[in-house]
Amino acid sequence: MSKLTDLNLAQARDGLVSKAFSAAELTQSHIERVEASDALNAYVLKTPEKAMDMAKASDEKISNGTAGPLEGLPIGVKDLFCTKGVRTTASSKILGEFIPPYESTVTQNLWNDGAVLLGKLNNDEFAMGSSNETSCFGPVNNPYQGANGENLVPGGSSGGSSAAVAARLGVAATATDTGGSIRQPAAFTGTVGLKPTYGRCSRWGVVAFASSLDQAGPITQTVRDAAIMLGSMASFDKRDSTSVERDVPNYEAALTGNIKGLRVGIPKEYRVDTMPAEIEALWQQGIDWLKDAGAEIVDVSLPHTKYALPAYYIIAPAEASSNLARYDGVRYGARQTGVDIDDMYSNTRAAGFGDEVKRRIMVGTYALSAGYYDAYYIKALQVRRLIAEDFDRAYEKCDVLLTPTTPSAAFAVGKQVEDPLEMYLNDVFTVTVNLAGLPGLSVPAGLDANGLPLGLQLIGKAFGEEELLRVGEVLETAAGFTTRPKQWWSA
Amino acid sequence: MASNQNLIAGATGDWEVVMGLEIHAQIASESKLFSGAATEFGAAPNSQVSLVDAAMPGMLPVINAYCIEQAVRTGLGLKAQVNKYSVFDRKNYFYPDLPQGYQISQFLQPIVGEGAIEIDLPDGSVKTIGVERLHLEQDAGKSLHDQHPSQSFVDLNRSGVALMEIVSHPDMRSAAEAQAYVKKVRAILRYLGTCDGNMEQGSLRADVNVSVRRPGDELGTRCEIKNVNSIRFIGQAIEHEARRQIDLIEDGGVVQQQTRLFDPKNGETRAMRSKEEAHDYRYFPDPDLLPLEFDQAFVDAIAKDLPELPDDKKARFISDYKLSPYDASVLVSEAENAAFFEAAAEGQDAKAVANMVIGSVFAGLNKAGLAIADSPVTPSQVGQLVGLISDDTVSNSIAKEVFEMMFDEGPDQGKDAHVIVEEKGLKQVTDMGAIEAAVDEVIAANPDKVTQAQERPKMAGWFVGQVMQATGGKANPQAVNKLVLAKLGLDS
Repeated sequence: MSKLTDLNLAQARDGLVSKAFSAAELTQSHIERVEASDALNAYVLKTPEKAMDMAKASDEKISNGTAGPLEGLPIGVKDLFCTKGVRTTASSKILGEFIPPYESTVTQNLWNDGAVLLGKLNNDEFAMGSSNETSCFGPVNNPYQGANGENLVPGGSSGGSSAAVAARLGVAATATDTGGSIRQPAAFTGTVGLKPTYGRCSRWGVVAFASSLDQAGPITQTVRDAAIMLGSMASFDKRDSTSVERDVPNYEAALTGNIKGLRVGIPKEYRVDTMPAEIEALWQQGIDWLKDAGAEIVDVSLPHTKYALPAYYIIAPAEASSNLARYDGVRYGARQTGVDIDDMYSNTRAAGFGDEVKRRIMVGTYALSAGYYDAYYIKALQVRRLIAEDFDRAYEKCDVLLTPTTPSAAFAVGKQVEDPLEMYLNDVFTVTVNLAGLPGLSVPAGLDANGLPLGLQLIGKAFGEEELLRVGEVLETAAGFTTRPKQWWSA
Repeated sequence: MASNQNLIAGATGDWEVVMGLEIHAQIASESKLFSGAATEFGAAPNSQVSLVDAAMPGMLPVINAYCIEQAVRTGLGLKAQVNKYSVFDRKNYFYPDLPQGYQISQFLQPIVGEGAIEIDLPDGSVKTIGVERLHLEQDAGKSLHDQHPSQSFVDLNRSGVALMEIVSHPDMRSAAEAQAYVKKVRAILRYLGTCDGNMEQGSLRADVNVSVRRPGDELGTRCEIKNVNSIRFIGQAIEHEARRQIDLIEDGGVVQQQTRLFDPKNGETRAMRSKEEAHDYRYFPDPDLLPLEFDQAFVDAIAKDLPELPDDKKARFISDYKLSPYDASVLVSEAENAAFFEAAAEGQDAKAVANMVIGSVFAGLNKAGLAIADSPVTPSQVGQLVGLISDDTVSNSIAKEVFEMMFDEGPDQGKDAHVIVEEKGLKQVTDMGAIEAAVDEVIAANPDKVTQAQERPKMAGWFVGQVMQATGGKANPQAVNKLVLAKLGLDS
């Protein structure tokens, strides 16, 4: 028998149901693997004792027939989700040793369904970044290394989540996506990343970056696993006014493998000049796979795509500048002293926030300032509406869209960190989806010349997750991505 | 338009003071605008604070539907336009008692738009003051600077409490008008039940914008006096601020746009911050909240439920009870007062009842420091007493005495009027023979006064007084008067 940590979520679930092993055994083997993963820096907090307690409770439920859909499945949680009694930092020094007295809706849903918490996962500070290098806990290393053995970034902001799933440090992980923070890391690590429709998962208890764009979702090994995870994470929550009252379908049941007659749109604006030939080729390969599976390929246009990134980098920092005002040292988190209140604020925020967070707070504050608001923020909102209308028009001609997830494979740690603008380009194919509030799915589809994973992105209609996952599974099957990273981080 | 009596005399001529008010009225609700925490006044510090109010990471606001209804209700009460689509914005600034680092308010699209309020001025005239808007917003917490030698404490009980900010046009021209405006808004809110109007507890407070100008000139530069929390202070603050601005300009200075604070200790305003120090609030729509939308049916349902408001009640009192506009406006200023009057007036001479309610009941309550609900004399007892005047059982002056016995602490407190009249033998003497005898007696005893009276007929009043005294005040004064004039030969 293969190791328990080789199993994906669906396999582990089935093994627990058939009592091939216990939740305690499954969790124990993951704990051991997590313990040996420090070179990856994926976990910022390990909770082995809590995990074993939860696993034992799960075993009891399995034996007395009251098991939930995720019973006994050990997962990692991005450190942006508030977890009751478990330190939550958003990977920022400003939260210090903050221990929430409450549990986020998404994680509570997971615990209610039986999942087991292995620990909290690293991320870019307040989810601001595309490489997981802005974390106060230091960068996460991609389980995949470069051709010369150099360390690569796992993507961001959910870099801890993507690295953990790729390195089998949990059967799945929660993540959040504001401009690509689930899909880009998934593409960089050969994992599946699903950003649901805005409003599908509650934002209650998730540390806010940009409220109108943030959405929780899973990073998993397979599309099926993503379907299972979303089924538990999604819910209507009256504590989040932007969550949508809508039944949660059985996503796994939607994976029929049948996409005959489905219309797949190919947006011509995503064919950018700087795109490496191998990504271009992979995209064409994806088109062919879906065509072979019976889908109809349609050329569509999303004409305002080129304005998406600038609009995103106005809206997201603007909201962030306001959302992060609460970290003032008055009520919780790390406080620096000062001669008066303004001095205390300055000292606390200067010491507590990293450079990228400060940069975005300043950009956002500027964009909202008197005299600039109309030129920047209002203009960006107009662009946002045009982008949403682009998608509406495209969906008159097709059912889903297929694009590359990223314009490149994972890059070396430190390579882009000094050039924020280059870093922001990582999101070029993903931000439009957040601006339009649509669901997006990244599926590992191939390798570049250096053996690094590349992903293809499927974009669905609002609340079209079932269709999206169905196509995703077909794509996944056709791609047959089975590559695993060489285990360099432990013996 | 400004009448001349409102002008303020300066050293170099007359000045007109112009005011606009922003009234902050706390919605009378059990829970806060965006959280379920309680709103009770006077609770132990930080005992009514939810995770949302404390702006813990990841916490989100959820609109309290009851507060929305109250805002719509108030909008209807102010005869204002109710906006079925409105937007909550964030007003960003740092302050320790503002946990989120922003206040959720409504900036460009408030829930209520233009309206109008009629104010009653002391001279009996009525003036219309325009209401620009009413918007919903969260209150901030409270910083406590007197709890520790070197640190400030923060109490978040008020953080997130629902406020309605009612913004007037700059239509007021005197402190008295501003005071009448606040009184009127307060009365309307209390009639509606949307705010308890309690200024001492801070449920109602006003920011007063004051500027001065030469009559007919453009508006002058204004100063905003923040958070004035009594109607008396509003008057004092305006008087002081207007005088300060006039003196400043007449001395060759220029009024700077400023935020100022009123200090009740010395009755002065002092600068808090200048325009240059003003915050850039960086308003933008709160992405945690969807735009607020409701349909006409929602508004109609609330409109159907509105009570009779002060203006309507006043008009009805004037037409149904034939009261003077002044008496009517005094009676309707509080819904409870109006109800007391109406209960007392049932089946009685309404004008006489109004006089007794205003002259005796209100005066007595005022002196005793009692609320109308605690009046020792009930409305029906007041009505009965007025009935005793109407049927000539007692005179007005005896009635006043009887009322005092019914009202004041003592053996007769709370007794019915007829019981006291009976027990004390206060019934008016209407036996003409007895009155005539008393008149004759006084005339016989004072021949010199008779001579004087025949020369100066006004002296007849002296005889009336003597007769009243002789009869212990119980004689019918009209009858005495008539007889005295006849006996003195002054009745032709």
